[in-house]
Amino acid sequence: MSEALLTLTGVHTHIGQYHILQGVDLTVRRGELTVLLGRNGAGKTTTLRTIMGLWKASRGGLVFDGQDITRASTPDIATAGIAYVPENMGIFSDLTVRENLLLAARAGEPDAQRLEWIFGFFPALKKFWNQAAGTLSGGQKQMLAIARAIVEPRKLLLVDEPTKGLAPAIIQSLITAFRELKGMETTILLVEQNFGFVRSLGDSVAVMDDGRIVHKGRMAELAEDRDLQQSLLGLSLDAHQ
Amino acid sequence: MLHRLLSGDFPRSLWLSGALALLVLVLALAPFLFTGARAMNVAATICVFIVLVASYDLLLGYTGIVSFAHTMFYGIGAYGVGLALYSIGPTWGAMALGLGIALLLSLALALVIGLFSLRVKAIFYAMITLAVASAFAILASQLSDFTGGEDGRTFSVPEMLRPGFRLIEAEVFGTAINGKLITYYLLFFGALAIFLFLLRVVNSPFGRVLQAIRENDFRAEALGYRTVVYRTLANCLAAATATLAGALMALWLRYAGPQTTLSFTIMMDILLIVVIGGMGTLYGAMIGSALFILAQNYLQALMKQASDALTAVPVLANLLHPDRWLLWLGVFFVLSVYFFPTGIVGKLRALKR
Repeated sequence: MSEALLTLTGVHTHIGQYHILQGVDLTVRRGELTVLLGRNGAGKTTTLRTIMGLWKASRGGLVFDGQDITRASTPDIATAGIAYVPENMGIFSDLTVRENLLLAARAGEPDAQRLEWIFGFFPALKKFWNQAAGTLSGGQKQMLAIARAIVEPRKLLLVDEPTKGLAPAIIQSLITAFRELKGMETTILLVEQNFGFVRSLGDSVAVMDDGRIVHKGRMAELAEDRDLQQSLLGLSLDAHQ
Repeated sequence: MLHRLLSGDFPRSLWLSGALALLVLVLALAPFLFTGARAMNVAATICVFIVLVASYDLLLGYTGIVSFAHTMFYGIGAYGVGLALYSIGPTWGAMALGLGIALLLSLALALVIGLFSLRVKAIFYAMITLAVASAFAILASQLSDFTGGEDGRTFSVPEMLRPGFRLIEAEVFGTAINGKLITYYLLFFGALAIFLFLLRVVNSPFGRVLQAIRENDFRAEALGYRTVVYRTLANCLAAATATLAGALMALWLRYAGPQTTLSFTIMMDILLIVVIGGMGTLYGAMIGSALFILAQNYLQALMKQASDALTAVPVLANLLHPDRWLLWLGVFFVLSVYFFPTGIVGKLRALKR
């Protein structure tokens, strides 16, 4: 098993008076795609936002690539090599597709070869290169959000529910994109509710409930064990199979 | 050439391009097209307001910062140049010194206000700038020995900029090539250069980050941008530009006083012009300034003519009485916001589609 790239130890997060994360222990291993599953309100998005420093952990610790990032600011965490794709297609709608990607390319102009690689699985981005991102369809916006996160190589990719509200054809292109990223040994922490989408992609899996991790293991094992799926993920799981 | 000059940011509408070209042409030829001090005052004020409003648009339209301290920086520019020329004498050196001190003071104030208050929510930032600007206006009035108080300071400008100065004795197209004309072209080319510079700023990578911050500062931070630093830089840049606008206005008026630079009415005018022209479109500052300043100067005269022509219709004649020009200006503003919610520039660009 590869070494840990990101480790969360007993992480608690409060938002106002609400105690959302109640001691999250999670390890994301280098070169793996780790899936974080759980019902709505389990704390998956809060976990990602806490890793990004958008909400600070009130207790516990986060270590990324050997560096303590528990108190680090969001820009420092991003500069350390973590890219974040928020849910609901977090793009900048007033900017063009090109400008959105330029914003993420901190080293200057994006590498032309890498862009062509991205266009290979997201061809719509090339077509609407100079169009305002706000005018794209939902699926295209999601493609742009993911493209923005991978326009430069990052150590870790945090992706929050990329398939939410998307048509099956678009989901298929996302599966292709994630397979490409896995092929390049990109480390990914993927939050999802759509088990059908992640069962063939994930290397390891963690299931959250009520602000805690209630299961950790290999995705292959969970994908084979229908009883475990039923007990961890309930009826909602069947709907996605 | 034009692509480089406009930083690739073209008006993107035939009507808008035509209106902008006409405006630039009229402003460039104003001394030869119009006679009389009033028309020249209007043209000069439009030039200065284009810079002032465009610099405010950098804050409000491009970065999403609501500030009420913009006239303070405008006033610092006017007082800086005015007080230096008044105290030291009408030399280019005094003018440069005054402008340099004003720029340094503006930058320092913008930096302090930015670093201390751009972390707070937008409404609190707006309140803080309002408080600082009010305090500064009161300070300018109270320090009457230095600033001239409520009366302000009238000062002399370097000889070359005085109306009595003649560059050449002969007239060109019936217009004397005197100091007033030189001052006008100083304003015109100064405003043009500053406007093109701002166009370059908003179309640079820095400008892109500002627009990203305006849309969602969390997302911008998640990409690794320190939003407070970028906001503070935008604040400093807008302050410096407003200071330059204030200095240009003081040179034109040869006067610096609280009513012409620091008053809250000017702040309201800037806000109205940004909204009328179209937020987040620097071209909106040009169109909005021209329309607003023209209305401010000629609406009363137009209403007087209409009122005189309609004396037989009592209610209408009263409604159009020149004293009610502010009411009509307000009506025009409400109508323009209703019919052009994205500003005149936004509407003209939408017409194209």
